[in-house]
Amino acid sequence: MKNPLSAAGLAAALALLSACAAAPSQSMADQSSSAPAGKESAEGKSYPGLDPSNDTDPFPSTYHALPSTTVALVGATVFTGTGSRIDNGTVILENGKIAAVGANLPVPAGAKVVDARGKYVTPGIIDAHSHLGVYATPEVWANSDGNEATDPNTAQVWAEHSVWPQDPGFNRAREGGITTLEILPGSANLFGGRAVILKNVPGRTAQDMKFPGAPYGLKMACGENPKRVYGTKNRAPSTRMGNIFGYRKAWIEAQDYRRKWDEYHKKMAEFKGGHGDKAPEAPKRDLQLDTLAGVLDGSILVQNHCYRGDEMAQMIAISHEFGFHISMFHHGSEAYKVADILKKEDICVATWGEWWGFKMEAFDGIEENAALLSKAGVCTVIHSDDAILTQHLPQEAAIALAAGRRAGIEIDEAEAIKWVTANPAKSIGVLDKTGTLEPGKMADVVLWSADPFSVYALTEQVYVDGAVVYDRHDPSRQPLSDFELGQAGPAHPGAQP
Amino acid sequence: MRTSLLALAAFALTAAAQAETIAITHAKIETLGSAGEIANGTILVKDGRIAAVGASVAVPSGAKIIDAGGHLVTPGVVASDTNLGAGEVEGEASSDDFAGASDQISAAFDVSLGVNPASMLIPVARMGGVTRSVIVPELAGRGDKKGEKLFAGQVAVIDLSGSPHSITRSHVALVADASSGAAARLGGSHGSVLQRLEADLDEAASYAANKGGYEHGTHRPFTQSKEDLEALQPILQGKEPLLIEVHRAADIRRVIDLGKRLKLKLILNGVEEGWMVAADIAASGYPVLVDPQTDLPNEFESLNSRMENAGLLAAAGVKIVVTPPYVGHYARQVRYNAGYAVAHGLPWADGIAAITKNPAEVFGFAEKEGRIEPGLDADLVVWSGDPLEMLTVPLHVLVKGEEQPMTSRAQELARRYGTLDPNQPPAYRH
Repeated sequence: MKNPLSAAGLAAALALLSACAAAPSQSMADQSSSAPAGKESAEGKSYPGLDPSNDTDPFPSTYHALPSTTVALVGATVFTGTGSRIDNGTVILENGKIAAVGANLPVPAGAKVVDARGKYVTPGIIDAHSHLGVYATPEVWANSDGNEATDPNTAQVWAEHSVWPQDPGFNRAREGGITTLEILPGSANLFGGRAVILKNVPGRTAQDMKFPGAPYGLKMACGENPKRVYGTKNRAPSTRMGNIFGYRKAWIEAQDYRRKWDEYHKKMAEFKGGHGDKAPEAPKRDLQLDTLAGVLDGSILVQNHCYRGDEMAQMIAISHEFGFHISMFHHGSEAYKVADILKKEDICVATWGEWWGFKMEAFDGIEENAALLSKAGVCTVIHSDDAILTQHLPQEAAIALAAGRRAGIEIDEAEAIKWVTANPAKSIGVLDKTGTLEPGKMADVVLWSADPFSVYALTEQVYVDGAVVYDRHDPSRQPLSDFELGQAGPAHPGAQP
Repeated sequence: MRTSLLALAAFALTAAAQAETIAITHAKIETLGSAGEIANGTILVKDGRIAAVGASVAVPSGAKIIDAGGHLVTPGVVASDTNLGAGEVEGEASSDDFAGASDQISAAFDVSLGVNPASMLIPVARMGGVTRSVIVPELAGRGDKKGEKLFAGQVAVIDLSGSPHSITRSHVALVADASSGAAARLGGSHGSVLQRLEADLDEAASYAANKGGYEHGTHRPFTQSKEDLEALQPILQGKEPLLIEVHRAADIRRVIDLGKRLKLKLILNGVEEGWMVAADIAASGYPVLVDPQTDLPNEFESLNSRMENAGLLAAAGVKIVVTPPYVGHYARQVRYNAGYAVAHGLPWADGIAAITKNPAEVFGFAEKEGRIEPGLDADLVVWSGDPLEMLTVPLHVLVKGEEQPMTSRAQELARRYGTLDPNQPPAYRH
């Protein structure tokens, strides 16, 4: 790739610009597929959009950390996200990173000192299951962009292309301490599409919010939703066995696709090495199979909506059959029934503290689920799936914690905070960057007015990459979306009148 | 019919009479009554009722002692505006009984007739300290499919004893909807809903003025059935409240105006923008039902939702009832919702009242429940800590003087799968 910005790339960029007008004539995909693939590739003038291996990041992150200074949060009770609790602790944020965490640390010269005595500090809260931006408020038809419910396999669609960065829900979530989000497509389809990881900062574009270097997720869905959505349209799948057929068929196609590209790349390397007299013909790129192939090569993490334990076991069998790993079961109401299997397979489970019973596959959901999973050694996550609940994620974890204690499972708060920090970071592939207060990690940090497991706890300050992105006592650090601007209500909904 | 009702009544009396005498001792008691808070006291329970409460209450010999060990005791929690007791699985219509309004029976629909005291949801809610459910019927169907009905039917109150006699009251309020959903179904404007409401009430007044004409077919044709016209009479007379869903500040004002003009007893439900017209609501004397977690502009009629709503309304003098999410599975969340309201400005004591005393007053069962005072039903909860905190759990729950088992189907599932036996399928463990 000597010339990455090829003619096609430029044309695609122009097509994107023209999207501002009423009717863009060609999408990027159209542009790509209308161009000839084989011959030009052979001459090394490949269009980047035609070979998936050359086009792994077509919508790159344009995220930049907001300005920050060196900050020392002093005197707090600190939950590190690694299972530790530090009383009277100091957390130092420097150059956007966690610089040091401990008791009685020296404060660097020039650092802004925040008196955190009597308060609590945790890593930024991570919601591994959010539809902010794709199901934005107000909940009008125009903002309903989360389910491409037109085919049971839409692995080719990407949630980030539906994200409306002006969703007021991002601001409310930040006020609740959320610094990182996985935005997923809905669960209408067996394969719903790609999930995107966002840093919860205000942005003009979705790309402004994209978490640099985070892997994509693939949303899959078990059970009632796909069979209901398509069954009521009188097409497949209309049963759970139809669901399973749909997954297996897709993975067979994905393996075939991956083999064709591997063969092509191998032959092309041979050709470039002087073997053969004719360059190999490139396979035609398929955006749906690209995503599935990304799962097979381990670069895309499977995020699987699945309520029932028996269905989880079937999904695991499919993962063995076709050679991929399920990163996390979402909702997982019955995960406690198969905790040993999930532990063995190293699969995380995201669930609620409280939600259950809204449909048959959630009828055996119990408050003790998370505690039972945690006790069994399963990577346990509390998620929201909801624009209100995401604002109260540590409190939702507290519900699960209390239920566990009532059942005789003693889990301390320093461990339980991992359910909304380190463990979701692991499950979405960013634990090396955020999710704990370890030196060198992104300074994504929340200062709480009280124990975050208390119903009365409010965020005082929220830091992302060391920058104050929310401050309850400073109106200049309380962002409003364009939609919230100029309304009759309070300029800052969190402020007292 | 008469005999069987009498027999039922006799059985109920016997059951109550057989309830054991219980003394809850060493309790910190939030009475919500004239005694206020008692730092270290005793509650004596006899025949299902509170016999005495105070710092020094004589405990009769033979009474069962529940030593609260200094823990807090409050009245049982009321879940208001829920389908708890009239539905099992939200997504399975065949399991639900909370939506029964039809063209023939709308205002008259009595949700209490579909209540199942053996609902599997009831022990789950009780484990969360809920002892009473104010069941609010919903219009059938979802969204646009709810049909052109204005009234969803009659509100019922049940206790969560699970006993066949747990339906304590029906017709405690009539449910109407003046939200944008109703507007979409009833003409397309919030205005058309209010016009329809007034027209329906006017028709009911006309019917009452000339029932003979109705029976002999000499009156003008009515759009509502006889059952529905009858059901509107107590509303017109101001005897039964109309529970009306309304969200936007301007709509709240208009509903209040309508209520005053027609001399209706109203309960306002939703009122996300209530804080903007808090003084008007306070002046009306109408109580409100609020969900304190609502802080997003979900609809164009609730753009100014905020978490301080409950606190600001209470500060203005409005009587507030805090609600759980509607679906009965989440009834136990109501105490956390009160906690969120407290986190955002509502005084703690008002938060407790908003889930005990206030709903009892608003839905007309204050003479039975909502406070810890002699003569009231002994619906009581001993808490491990502050009832509004997630980390707090109920240690003892009494409904009408009977101590409830602290277990539900959920705990049985947790026990069954908590430790697996490699040699025996879990199905053999129960």
